[in-house]
Amino acid sequence: MSIKRDSISVGVAVGAAGAAFGAVAVASHFSVLQACVLSLFLFSGASQFALVAIIGGGGSPWSAIATGAFLGTRNGLYGIRMAGLLHNRGWRRVVAAHVTIDESTGMAIAQENVEQARTAFWYTGFGVFFFWNLFTLLGALGAKEIGSAASWGLDVASPSIFVAVLWPRLKELRPKITALVAVAWALSITHFVPVGVPILTTVIIAVFAGWN
Amino acid sequence: MSSTWIVVIATSFAAFSLKFIGHLIPESWLEKPRVERITNYIPVVLLSGLIAMQTLTDKTKIVIDHRLAGLTVAFIAVIAKLPFPVIIIGAMATSAIFYRYRI
Repeated sequence: MSIKRDSISVGVAVGAAGAAFGAVAVASHFSVLQACVLSLFLFSGASQFALVAIIGGGGSPWSAIATGAFLGTRNGLYGIRMAGLLHNRGWRRVVAAHVTIDESTGMAIAQENVEQARTAFWYTGFGVFFFWNLFTLLGALGAKEIGSAASWGLDVASPSIFVAVLWPRLKELRPKITALVAVAWALSITHFVPVGVPILTTVIIAVFAGWN
Repeated sequence: MSSTWIVVIATSFAAFSLKFIGHLIPESWLEKPRVERITNYIPVVLLSGLIAMQTLTDKTKIVIDHRLAGLTVAFIAVIAKLPFPVIIIGAMATSAIFYRYRI
């Protein structure tokens, strides 16, 4: 099954970046246990990196919590889309919410039918969760040996995955233009607003694109 | 309990709550054609913005570096319809080579 294989390879590639997180967290004076708890329960790369950067840089706890939560807002928006696909109830909905991230959503929307989309969502969600946590632990323990994420190409794992999941969805002109406008918008305001705002505000473009 | 632990737990709780709220929105709200079209576009715009930010920025500055080389390879591999693992590994290897040899 290529959906399962693809989903698991996303899990491995994105999960491997967890090693970078573990190493950065320990370098920012977090304990190995704190790094692992963040990967298990916060489980959102952008929020995790922002949080350790702020605390490690001597920032206030409040700004760390606010920034971490703000960067997680995106997942709430994905949740709206994924809930309509998964139709979960009870504890399954709780688990689905926890693994609602960029990658699981991206892989789900790239599929052709509902059944495949669900398979992609769960396999990617659990795949990333498993490997992200495994590599966080390894990275935290071996912080000094790893070096930078960039020297292993880990910093392009997720953007290249997103190109792969998005491209097949952009066949028609309207989604193509929408994606390009989102890119242009995010890049043009990045210099003037806090981290996270350029991405989140692209939602305005989704509203315009879907209005009529 | 240290303030770091409070940050770890509070942010985890906030992030999960946000995810869960998204899943709790009643389906009947989403069945209107306009709302459905907009929620379909949301992952497209967020992921597009994310690609741009992860490839071309460092914090709030625009930078062109090894990552763009990796992403270019990913893009070519996607257009050539190569298998998924090949796309990811090709992009990562390219970016790592550019980074290590400071091309």
